[in-house]
Amino acid sequence: MASKFIRSNRIGWLMAGPAALLMAIFVVLPFVFAIGLSFTNQRLISPNPTQFVGLANYEQLLGVGVLTLEPERDNAGAVIRDKSGALTYPALRSFTRNNADYPQYDGMREWFSFDMGESRVFLLGRDIVFLKAIVNTVIFVLVVAPVQGGLALGLALLINQRLRGINLFRAIYFMPVVVSIVVVSLLWRFIYDGNSGLLNNLLGAITFGAFPRIDWLGNPGTALGSIIAMSIWQAVGFHMVIWLSGLQTISPTLYEAAAIEGASPWQTFRYVTWPGLRNTAVLVLIVITMQAFSLFSQIDVMTGGGPLDSTQTIVFQAVERGYGKQDISGGSTISVVLFVIVLTISFIQRWLTREKK
Amino acid sequence: MSKLTTMAGMLLGTTLLSTAAMAQTELSLWYHGAGNEVEAKIINQIVSDFNASQSDWMVTLESFPQAAYNDSVVAGALAGNLPDILDVDGPVMPNWAWSGYLQPLSIDESKIADFLPGTKGMWNGELYSVGLWDAAVAMVTRQSILDELGLRTPTVDEPWTGEEFMAALDAAADSGKYEYAFDPGMAWTGEWYPYAFSPFLQSFGGDIIDRTTYTTAEGVLNGEAAIEFGTWWQGLFADGYAPLAQDPADRDSGFANGKYAFSWNGNWAALGSLSAFDDAVFLPAPDFGNGPKIGAASWQFGVSSKSEHPEGASAFIEFALQDKYLTAFSDGIGLIPPTPASAAASINYTAGGPMEVFYELSAKQALVRPVTPGYVVAAKVFEKALADIANGADVGETLDAAVDEIDADIEKNSNYGF
Repeated sequence: MASKFIRSNRIGWLMAGPAALLMAIFVVLPFVFAIGLSFTNQRLISPNPTQFVGLANYEQLLGVGVLTLEPERDNAGAVIRDKSGALTYPALRSFTRNNADYPQYDGMREWFSFDMGESRVFLLGRDIVFLKAIVNTVIFVLVVAPVQGGLALGLALLINQRLRGINLFRAIYFMPVVVSIVVVSLLWRFIYDGNSGLLNNLLGAITFGAFPRIDWLGNPGTALGSIIAMSIWQAVGFHMVIWLSGLQTISPTLYEAAAIEGASPWQTFRYVTWPGLRNTAVLVLIVITMQAFSLFSQIDVMTGGGPLDSTQTIVFQAVERGYGKQDISGGSTISVVLFVIVLTISFIQRWLTREKK
Repeated sequence: MSKLTTMAGMLLGTTLLSTAAMAQTELSLWYHGAGNEVEAKIINQIVSDFNASQSDWMVTLESFPQAAYNDSVVAGALAGNLPDILDVDGPVMPNWAWSGYLQPLSIDESKIADFLPGTKGMWNGELYSVGLWDAAVAMVTRQSILDELGLRTPTVDEPWTGEEFMAALDAAADSGKYEYAFDPGMAWTGEWYPYAFSPFLQSFGGDIIDRTTYTTAEGVLNGEAAIEFGTWWQGLFADGYAPLAQDPADRDSGFANGKYAFSWNGNWAALGSLSAFDDAVFLPAPDFGNGPKIGAASWQFGVSSKSEHPEGASAFIEFALQDKYLTAFSDGIGLIPPTPASAAASINYTAGGPMEVFYELSAKQALVRPVTPGYVVAAKVFEKALADIANGADVGETLDAAVDEIDADIEKNSNYGF
């Protein structure tokens, strides 16, 4: 006996059916496969049979270790300093390569290090590139989510006015969204070019040549920032439209009432507009976060993860390993890790933005 | 009545015969050269000549852009949808053969006896692919630059040593006439890095994979020779000899515009250099202690394992190996003809021809990239390591990490059958 839920919703299920089926085939099923494959050594192409390897892929990906090194001392026990007066430490390599006394560090590399007293503490990772990818992606999300959301709201407020030709502005702001991200990335590669790029020429012109030419994408210090700026610009129009739809659901009578009460523009925004945008804000925040975590095309077209891993991202690594390096199990493992991260963050966001009763 | 039956029988017989003659078995061919008109013209010519030359097989050509070609083949193979004949990049061939995409060729070995060694795709003692051309890399410069800087002109028998090469770069840098002394071609990411730069490493005495076992990179990619190579490589950029970030446009026209004194470039770009400068010369690779080395092996033809008619596919490849087609590819797109006869018949590689030296370089300095299915991954790891070192990463640590990654991949693949 079918439950009432199913029976009374028969038409609804029928309508949702095709979409649900496609989602199941192209989203759910591959993801179930990915979970399964992440516990095997599956290759993209290989005559060897697939073997179950348990958690080995996860250990390889997420393995970290801490190693504290004492400074080198001479026979008298005094620390040895180099010419510049800095302490010298034994080579990390002598601990992480073929050292039978420290098997737990074998194959690890330095992620970062800091000094604690005279000794130096090294944080080691088994897969430094992936750890850097996580950090870069998190930085990307932390910057893009508030800045892109905020800018989009600002633009939405600007164009939510009855002015002549306002549709032109709407179209202009929305345009980057409908252009393929690959094309946009290619164009921005020219803009960021180190020699004759538009950005360098512009900065040079307004500072009368005082601004040094920077290879924006070729410099580890500026590459990620450049991609963040370009990504914010590219998708801001999309979120502007979502904010706009939110703005237009707010009843004009509330604004009229506010005007009669003599509310200032800021007060109107704070007590009328913002509360009315509550659900929109939650949506925009979650959508931006999820989109930002899947950063891939810009990296693939503009930097390929370089220079010096400064623009490695989680999804780029998943594709690079699964397809480029023919390691489907490694790529699947990254996808599962990403899924867990995004799911956790979405739950936290839901909890933080819940209706407080 | 009996006459009529005979007539009918003859009629039936001739009809059957003629349909048999008409019904050529179809063979599909995938090729990587979509978008290149000259190349397409030559390959189309070969296909139509072959189809007209016999009555058993009918080859149909499908072209892909080079950048998407390997992915298309892998995707096609995963979907069980490979053509009968496909072309394959030389160093990738062992990977495809090992994965079971290719089957050994059954062509008459005497037909390729005098082919350049780089054009013969051997794997596990069997011939899997054969190329209609080879490619080579040379140090491109101008005779007038050599004269002006007072440099000895190196020859294939007596190439520059590493010190002579660095002295040449110093001289070019000191002259102040060039934006950079040396253009290694950093704009060409991808296979260019292992193809063009791993020969430097091999000349220093290292390699990407230990070729005695093919099961590890330990000691060859992070040994003393490799560290020496890495330090030299890093110095090229740190000391301002070579541009680290390069526009693709500068790669294509920088030498012709006089930005670089020396350019490390392939024979396919030689026609451009020659048309820019009458006195362009193509010098052999410098010898960093372990002999001068350049890469070998370009695109080659093979037969897919899924082909139901390998004899037809092999017949096509054998047909394509005629000298006139080898010469046509050379004349059309500047590639190195693989046989002495086709070289002699070509415009550029004939005795006294402007690019004759490439044939000699290919014959004397060429070393194929490591012949192992693991090359595909090792090449990517090598590319990243070189990019990181050029960007200032610690040489020893980067090479160690590259070794670890290559070794881990080999282990994951059960030593790739070695």
